[in-house]
Amino acid sequence: MTLEEKQQEIVSEFSLFDDWMEKYEYIIDLGKDLPLIDPAKKTDDRLIEGCQSKVWLDASIVDDKMRLTADSDAIITKGIIGLLVRVLNGESPENVATANLHFIDDIGLAEHLSPTRANGLLSMVKKIKILALTALA
Amino acid sequence: MGLVEKRKFSVREIRQDFPALRQQIYGKNLIYFDNGATSQKPQLVLDAINQYYSKNNANIHRGVHFMSQQATSEYETSREYIKSYINAEKQEEIIFTKGTTDGINLVAFSFGSLLSAGDEILISAMEHHSNIVPWQLLCERKGLVLKVIPVNSRGELKLDAFEELLSSKTKLVAVTHISNTLGTINPLKTIIENAHAVGAKVLVDGAQSIQHTKIDVQDLDCDFFVFSGHKVFGPTGIGVLYGKEDLLDKMPPYQGGGDMIAKVTFERTTYNELPFKFEAGTPHIAGGICLGTALQYLNQFNIEDVEQYERSLADYAQDLISTFEGVKIIGTAKNKTSVVSFHVDGLHPFDIGTLLDKQGIAVRTGHHCTQPLMDIFGIPGTIRASFAFYNTREEIDTFIAAVEKSISMLR
Repeated sequence: MTLEEKQQEIVSEFSLFDDWMEKYEYIIDLGKDLPLIDPAKKTDDRLIEGCQSKVWLDASIVDDKMRLTADSDAIITKGIIGLLVRVLNGESPENVATANLHFIDDIGLAEHLSPTRANGLLSMVKKIKILALTALA
Repeated sequence: MGLVEKRKFSVREIRQDFPALRQQIYGKNLIYFDNGATSQKPQLVLDAINQYYSKNNANIHRGVHFMSQQATSEYETSREYIKSYINAEKQEEIIFTKGTTDGINLVAFSFGSLLSAGDEILISAMEHHSNIVPWQLLCERKGLVLKVIPVNSRGELKLDAFEELLSSKTKLVAVTHISNTLGTINPLKTIIENAHAVGAKVLVDGAQSIQHTKIDVQDLDCDFFVFSGHKVFGPTGIGVLYGKEDLLDKMPPYQGGGDMIAKVTFERTTYNELPFKFEAGTPHIAGGICLGTALQYLNQFNIEDVEQYERSLADYAQDLISTFEGVKIIGTAKNKTSVVSFHVDGLHPFDIGTLLDKQGIAVRTGHHCTQPLMDIFGIPGTIRASFAFYNTREEIDTFIAAVEKSISMLR
């Protein structure tokens, strides 16, 4: 599945929900179900401190593929991380660097990636992109 | 001001005065419980803002023309009103600022310049960052020592510790009137008397008190009192620093520019008299005028009625929230008002705040710019519902149901 197809898949999943609470129920389930990061890797150098919630990101490039795990102390943030990881994990650095993550906007979660939200998600995406760009350079 | 007959306290009628309350968020009727962050504005204030910009907009204190004189007159009339409202002795003691933070920075810079290495500043553990960081900056600049009055587990200041911290080295005690995170009302009179006994001055952060309770700076005998317009139903970007005249007279200007000077030459500049000495540049004229309007609006009511009603809202909410399993109320001072801050075991405040938002309820989540206080309670943050006199018990009922739903979704 291409990066774009993964985004489309998420958008169609979310189109099933009638209201905000249903959407968030799903995001919370994603957050609960995904033990995303090895606790030993929840170290300060992997910590992105947001104003509201914390995000831990472990990102590396193995065999020209992005390998991502991440976590958060807030379940909703964690659920959205799950979606981002689903889209970006296993992609080439080039795909990651140029990815337009429109699905976040399409499913109505743009606020979580706005610069004012300060929940660590925007910084996480930036870090992933910088890593991809560095690998390309 | 007390002679005018007061308007009857009717929440239903008060709500009609606030257009922002009549809207839907995500298809739900807005419930605005973030009054500690900022208050909504009554139509009277909105009309005054509109009136200023559509009719009287002109620069003040310097124009010979009609509009400038009109604007100046309204601006200075507002200052006079604010003086009376907080019962300052003189108009010269009312300095317009950008807000509470600006007022504290002004005092830290200007009063601070009169202090010497080794002098001590006392703040409390429940201060907002804006009443911590300006003092830290000052201490770094001048080699002063910052000391902190501790709080007990209920979120009250430990007064015995405060008395021990006080000494002849203490030059200033900077303390909040009401905690934005806990709702604790601090015993200002005791604090001020004790501070004065060792020769220290007292700055009161009134950001969270001016909208909830009567302020009488002469009765309190505080040396400085700062507050923001936007938390008391007025515009953002305007606030007031009250200072005793003899102190303000001794303090050097904070910022240089137009309006604050008497005469400028390249060799030497002499400064304007109070209050203008501290008001460099074109101020927030509309803000200054409309802050007066906002206080006039509030002053239609008996402030005791407002206080009592808001306290009853907070008590009602706190009693209901306390019944939830795993909920801990942060801030259980005997003397508190208008704020209910809580933490739910195992759940992140951000998650609960996000779900409340989607149910049309505006609360604040996080550390509320009081990180050291959160560290003391050992939590990353709280969910804070802060009430104003336009909130209702019915809104609290809806809020409680929404909290319950959010918790069950997250558990």
